[in-house]
Amino acid sequence: MNRFKPFLIALVAGLLPFAPLFLNTYQVDVLNSIGLYALLALSLNLILGEAGLFNMGHAAFYAMGAYTAAILNTRYQIPILWTLPLSGLVAGLFALAVARPVVHLRGDYLLIVTIGVGEIVRIALVNDVFGITGGANGIFGISRPKLFGFVIRRPEEFFYLIWGFVALTIFLFLRLKQSRFGRALNYLREDEVAAEGSGINTDYYKLAAFGLGAAWAGMAGTLFAAKMTIISPESFSFWESVVLFMIVILGGAGSIPGVLLAAFLVVGLPELFREFASARMLVFGLVMMVMMVVRPQGLLPARGQRFSLATLMRETVR
Amino acid sequence: MEEFLQQLTNGLAVGGIYALIALGYTMVYGVLKLINFAHGDLFTYGAYLGLTLLTSLALTDRVGFAVGVLVLVLMVMGLVAVLGAILERAAYRPLRESPRLSAVVSALGASIFLQNTLMLVYGAQIQVYPDGILPTATLDFFGLYLPLMRVLIVLASVAMMVALYLFIQKTRIGTAIRAAAIDQGAARLMGIDVNRVILLVFLLGPALGGAAGLMVGLYYGQVNFTMGWVYGMKAFTAAILGGIGNIPGAMVGGLLLGVIEALGAAYISIAWKDAIAFCVLILILIVRPTGLLGERVADKI
Repeated sequence: MNRFKPFLIALVAGLLPFAPLFLNTYQVDVLNSIGLYALLALSLNLILGEAGLFNMGHAAFYAMGAYTAAILNTRYQIPILWTLPLSGLVAGLFALAVARPVVHLRGDYLLIVTIGVGEIVRIALVNDVFGITGGANGIFGISRPKLFGFVIRRPEEFFYLIWGFVALTIFLFLRLKQSRFGRALNYLREDEVAAEGSGINTDYYKLAAFGLGAAWAGMAGTLFAAKMTIISPESFSFWESVVLFMIVILGGAGSIPGVLLAAFLVVGLPELFREFASARMLVFGLVMMVMMVVRPQGLLPARGQRFSLATLMRETVR
Repeated sequence: MEEFLQQLTNGLAVGGIYALIALGYTMVYGVLKLINFAHGDLFTYGAYLGLTLLTSLALTDRVGFAVGVLVLVLMVMGLVAVLGAILERAAYRPLRESPRLSAVVSALGASIFLQNTLMLVYGAQIQVYPDGILPTATLDFFGLYLPLMRVLIVLASVAMMVALYLFIQKTRIGTAIRAAAIDQGAARLMGIDVNRVILLVFLLGPALGGAAGLMVGLYYGQVNFTMGWVYGMKAFTAAILGGIGNIPGAMVGGLLLGVIEALGAAYISIAWKDAIAFCVLILILIVRPTGLLGERVADKI
């Protein structure tokens, strides 16, 4: 099985760009949702998977990005894709501000605090905070994204925008994982005390993971706002955070292929069984319980990184 | 002043309910160091079972209000306690030796599962407790008119808390629970069957939580299948506020949170009512993570 895995991944990656040619509009739309969730789950994976910080308020960062983009677009007529860096920045800074005082908390305390943050953000959005979020109705009339003069409108077109961004994200996050930064996060997750003893500034790295993951979620929020053209607080409820958390855990914390696979399963499978839609969450709950007993490391667990002796020698000599 | 006292007593009633739920969190956390996310949903089961039993058995018609409700409370407590024990058996016991994250995820899964079974059985809409069964009388305390239900709820929750406190402090079994909470290994060496202690905790906590659910049903007259999540989070906040793992702390924290929330909703903003509890939670974790009555424990390395 392991020998075929690279081929399998290459096959899926090679076929995916042609998917809109064979699928109908609805199916492409499902793939777009999967892409958005994959983006969000990859960004959460940085925090939860790589750094091992229990964050169950990821929807808050996602919402920050989406609302930043929507407000800038509808009030100041800034093209939606131009808001991408800014909404990432806003979400990232917000995450740094909320994580700063609580990042040292132990596992499940952090989980509870992030749930609280997510709920406070949602309530703030519903209550039309500062008079700019549109209350429970949200914001509508967000303009379509425009790329090199081409207006992206149909799901088939969004497909390339979203999955292009996913591909970029995978590339960057793989690089990040293999960097000094990524290794520091993994060390932190495995043994915080030992990491600190080896000269890793744990608070700095934890905050960096939070900021970066949130910024990425914020950018995913922009894409979401562009795709939907309407956003409202209910899109950023606690359950969104739970679903993202579940994607990361089921796929395998810290494993990028695992997270992608889980995004396909968690978001895609319920679409195949639409007649059982009301039992969807029931099955999720059951799967979570069973998985933790049978396969707690996830479907495609992250493998430790291997380095050839030659590279290591070269690095140490240098 | 009238308004203030009304809000204060209302806060005490809600706080008593929070305290009862918080006790379940705090006892489980004390023994297993696990946040039992499904506890809030056991509370919802209490409310729904109460509704079903109340309407289908018509207890209050047969034996009168006081006896009827008493029997109802005991039945609900018993049923939810059994449910709690099953939950422990199915979702937590297989994970006793696993890393904490696994148990937390399993707890969340159990919560989602329980919530959605209720939804599939009863439907997603709000369920209403029948009119005419509950007393609507008000009591006159020197010119302050309080609904009878509110007074009963405060009294009942305080009575249950006192009973639990005496049980934990004065009996041999209570001592065993406290011992297992301090150090499981040492407790085992002293001949305490820790697995039975855990089972007991999962009977007691859900029983109190189920009673709290029934009280919410009786107090507000309506229940829905997601309410356990909000009440659970608030009760957990109460447990942290008082110092998690600390039984008197959960009681104090619950009452305090109920009063803070009621006064905040009345004098600050009703729309932000739910956010108040979460702000309290975040503040307490930043300022004093051990809670009001908690002791500072050195981290083991």
